[in-house]
Amino acid sequence: MSNTKLMTMLEAINHTLHQEMARDERVIVFGEDVGINGGVFRATDGLHATFGASRVVDTPIAEAVIAGTAVGLAASGMVPVAEIQFLGFSYQAMHQIAGQVARLRYRSRSRFDGRITIRAPFGGGVRTPELHSESLEAQYANVPGLKIVLPSSAADAKGLLATAIRDPDPVLFLEPLRGYRMIKDEVPLGEHLVEFGQARLVRPGTDVVIIAWSFMVDVSRRAADELAAEGIDAQVLDLRTLVPLDVASIVSAVEQCGRVVVVQEAPMTNGFASEIIATINDEAFYSLEAPVARVSGWDTPYPVGQLEDTYVPDVARVVAAVRKTVGVAP
Amino acid sequence: MRDSADPISGDTSDDLTDDDLRQMLTDMIGARVCSNRAFNLQRQGRAGTNAPVDGSEAIVVGAAMALDPHVDWVLPQYREQVALTRFGPAVLERYVQYILGHPEGGHLPAGTNVWPPQISLATQAPHGVGMAWGLQLQGIASCVVVFIGDGSTSEGDFYEAANFAGVLKVPVVFVVVNNGWAISTPLKAQTNAKNLAEKAHAFGFPGVTVDGGDPVAVYDAMAEARSRALSGAGPTLIEAVTHRLAPHTTADDPTRYIPAEQFEAALQRDPIVRFERELMDRGIWTEADRATAEAEADERMDRAVRAGEAAPADTISVFDHVYATMPDRLKRQRDEFIDVYRAGDVR
Repeated sequence: MSNTKLMTMLEAINHTLHQEMARDERVIVFGEDVGINGGVFRATDGLHATFGASRVVDTPIAEAVIAGTAVGLAASGMVPVAEIQFLGFSYQAMHQIAGQVARLRYRSRSRFDGRITIRAPFGGGVRTPELHSESLEAQYANVPGLKIVLPSSAADAKGLLATAIRDPDPVLFLEPLRGYRMIKDEVPLGEHLVEFGQARLVRPGTDVVIIAWSFMVDVSRRAADELAAEGIDAQVLDLRTLVPLDVASIVSAVEQCGRVVVVQEAPMTNGFASEIIATINDEAFYSLEAPVARVSGWDTPYPVGQLEDTYVPDVARVVAAVRKTVGVAP
Repeated sequence: MRDSADPISGDTSDDLTDDDLRQMLTDMIGARVCSNRAFNLQRQGRAGTNAPVDGSEAIVVGAAMALDPHVDWVLPQYREQVALTRFGPAVLERYVQYILGHPEGGHLPAGTNVWPPQISLATQAPHGVGMAWGLQLQGIASCVVVFIGDGSTSEGDFYEAANFAGVLKVPVVFVVVNNGWAISTPLKAQTNAKNLAEKAHAFGFPGVTVDGGDPVAVYDAMAEARSRALSGAGPTLIEAVTHRLAPHTTADDPTRYIPAEQFEAALQRDPIVRFERELMDRGIWTEADRATAEAEADERMDRAVRAGEAAPADTISVFDHVYATMPDRLKRQRDEFIDVYRAGDVR
């Protein structure tokens, strides 16, 4: 057995921040309540005690200046790792993230690179008030210059976060808040880097491929288990990063299965699932045996608590979509 | 004799030599000449929209004079570039490329401590705070100067940046070029504050209002602010009041909203005319000096425009500098570009 430890995703993120701050003294962690409090989810727990108040910094409640100072810090030679407390709050930083962080390299012709990591939890299912649950990955994926990273396992959270912090481009590192403590797996304790743009085969299968990211991977895997009982052999593919996108793995899975269901937590219209379907049309259309199905949040604002269990895609909806897709005659 | 690029050590205008004063006027005149030329380039269809500096020369030149271009940093908006002569010839050269629409216009080369022009108002204020913070953390003594306009003080980024700067006590100076107009919106429609300097009190650092038509007054304020910044005492806001003596940009017609007599009155207080009269009274400036300053600026502009126009951008460079390494998706789009626009060319 290699040197691993069973960790929740939250523990893996915390462990990785410790390691990266120890590895590179230019790394600075900042955001709302990340200091002594260790973050509202405790993702930054212990960093303040270990690395001190000058490298683990509580900011004013001002998301735009969190993203905006990251730009200046990066230009000065530091390696900023900023936290936006909830991705929904990044609406108040969108002009900095999309308008400035993403194009720092472009508009300076690489004089300044965008060595910036912005971490933010997102996704619903935990009865938060409004604007805590929004899935905004598609909005940001439409902004050239950003990389969009969404781990679904604790081990990947470590490997992808370490890669993000060392990457010379700005990375939006989106963490599934419902999975913070629910997702638990063996995490390598030593150096562990996961390359961007490499999808992960979560579950092999040949009848249909379910493509997902972040917490929807867990939902899709459970749906696949249920479908196995009725004789449907569903593959589950975790994209891990939307930008860059692992087109080769998508194409290969489509060629293998011929039937595809894409699952996202965001609303349907203009969601990233649409991009995946367009990509499949471009690259693997003649391998399809049925139209590609989407399972998504409804095209409504993210709802309040009593409505959210039937808003966020669950096993029942994924199972229904797969049955329908598999039922289409070739 | 002090090299003109050295920082001024004494922190007051008493240290300014006659040569320094002459240099400031030379730079102000040069800025006006280059700005007028840029305006005309747009009228000739050779350059894109640009924003004249007229009326702000004394602010930018006076502030720059108190800075060490090898150590300090400037984050301009989009109007100041022609007046940042002290920060090296690349500032004007790249600015000309910028208005010509060349992507290298945003590429200030290493050694030129100036950020690219910023179009989105006050978004550079958080960047300046972040840079000052990062340099301070690395123990690098530097003063970071953010230029914004009076209209930009209504932007959220200004408040967020200034507030955080006060908390962090970072070495940053906000220079508010208050020319009275945000395109057509007068200051009284922008704020009910008595002046813009008093906004600094809410952030817990000093704010001063100076005569933005007097480069020596601006120099004094910046010298003091820089000393404060480098001593670790934190930020300063300098409100430099002046008049905009030209349209907001090449796309603007101020006769629609500035009464003619008001504009005429402002022209009577042209900072260049004022400072020139002062130096002539002191006997350290002549008409011949003005002619020389104008001719030199014309020559710089000629060179910059010639170089810029001689080397138009290769349109395929649109794909460069998006990421450190071009992703596969972008490579394929680049291939498509070649197929459509470069068919028959040797790749």
